[in-house]
Amino acid sequence: MDNTLIRHISALAAALFFAPLLPGIINKVKAFFAGRKGPRLIQLYFDLAKLLKKEVIVSRSSGGIIRIAPSVILAFTITAAALLPMGGAASPAGFAGDALLFFYLLGTCRIFSVLAAMDTASSFEGMGSAREVFFSALAEVAVFTVLAFLALSANSLKLAQMLCSQGVDSWMNFTPVLMTALAMFLVLLAENCRVPFDDPETHLELTMIHEAMILDYSGTDLAAILYASSLKLWIFAAFITSLLIPPGVFAVWQETALFFAGIIAIAVLTGIVESSMARFRFLKVPSLLIAAAIMPVLALLFVIFFLNGGVQ
Amino acid sequence: MNQFNELLLAVFLLSCLMLAISSRLLHCIRYAALQGIVLGILPLTLAQGHFEGSLVMALVNLLVKGIGLPLLICRAMHKAGINRELEPIAGYTVSALTVMLAALASFWFAGKLTLPAGASEAAGFAVPVAFTTVLTGLFIVIARKKALTQIIGFLIFENGITLFGAAVMREHPVIVELGILLDVLVLVFIMGIAINQINREFSHIDSDRLNQLDDISENTEVVK
Repeated sequence: MDNTLIRHISALAAALFFAPLLPGIINKVKAFFAGRKGPRLIQLYFDLAKLLKKEVIVSRSSGGIIRIAPSVILAFTITAAALLPMGGAASPAGFAGDALLFFYLLGTCRIFSVLAAMDTASSFEGMGSAREVFFSALAEVAVFTVLAFLALSANSLKLAQMLCSQGVDSWMNFTPVLMTALAMFLVLLAENCRVPFDDPETHLELTMIHEAMILDYSGTDLAAILYASSLKLWIFAAFITSLLIPPGVFAVWQETALFFAGIIAIAVLTGIVESSMARFRFLKVPSLLIAAAIMPVLALLFVIFFLNGGVQ
Repeated sequence: MNQFNELLLAVFLLSCLMLAISSRLLHCIRYAALQGIVLGILPLTLAQGHFEGSLVMALVNLLVKGIGLPLLICRAMHKAGINRELEPIAGYTVSALTVMLAALASFWFAGKLTLPAGASEAAGFAVPVAFTTVLTGLFIVIARKKALTQIIGFLIFENGITLFGAAVMREHPVIVELGILLDVLVLVFIMGIAINQINREFSHIDSDRLNQLDDISENTEVVK
């Protein structure tokens, strides 16, 4: 037990420290595919250090939500990260039903970023908020079918059991888990404003979603928002990686190494998707997210059918 | 080998789902080709004994369904100058949900079936996937307007039947399967030519507008 505690806390510390690397990795991959040199891997650390030295300026028309939003978003994202099992070690803060708390914490972050965006009375940010809410409402369907699959196959609503007891019966469940992980990867792209859904590089365009909502932040507030969004990317990558690593097969150090390798692999994969695909039209997005919601249902069909022994 | 089969069947199922939400014909053709390639591998891994017959079937499936027919449809697509389905009868979200319902119905139905004696466990697993593929193919034929997409739907439908055959038939009647394959090949060939002709005459291949064709001159604005 003590061992698990130490493992989880060190993995969490690693997550908090290394999270800003992920956008760097994605940008490096994109630069590689575009034949450019690209920004440094640790560019986000420099950006954060620069922002932390600057003062915060808040719009005069704001009612005050924009002042508290960055700290709320940062705190809730870190809390969600603390609930997630990391590197194969269950979180000491976990309890039965923490999966729901986990996703609602991330949902509350979104509510605050939307409210703060509308608080500034900028028309750009209003449009960004409307799109953000629309897409995440659809992504939530996929999140809940993934949750349903995990809860039913692990027979628990505890994140540690849902993520780390997958594939217990050797590798029999591997294919359904892979389908669910694919659905979760689409959710990752949608929730973190990645390419088929949103383009993180479209600054000052009418089409931007997430970037539109953070136009009015400055200084330490912007640093908090940027850091929280990189941590959110880490959280989703960690979710998928823990889902895919079968427990009890590897030694502890192998499991930890696989965990970090998996997170880096997901960042690289995101970069590859971003360099090889164009952003979807807005009207195409719902069908892809609905497809992501259907994948866990199909996976569940596989599991149920297998448990019943298939066609006799 | 069982794991591998399961993975291939999942690829089959997911390609049905992706077909239902793709509007670009090139993507649809790629998914159909992917299914053809999987069909080329599956008879080998599902087979128990009768390896030579399975090998022939696998090779023919791979060449005809994975490479030949997709290339043929691709060519018809380029000649007709059409690359996406603009106004499907059923929207993409509805299509995705329909595929899900088809899968639910197929898995429920397959659970009630009994296989012929001697079929492997993995083969039993392929049956519901085959049903889902057949239903998806039929649905695409119904729910899309362009004749090209309907051909792809037909191809998917046929893929489902082949999968069913590969799963259930213990003694592969290779000659029967080859006969079916020849039929499909000829059919797709004829449809490809027909599409070219239709497109040349009327500058579109929307099948729902074809039923307005007649010799009476009041429809001239459609016929041009």
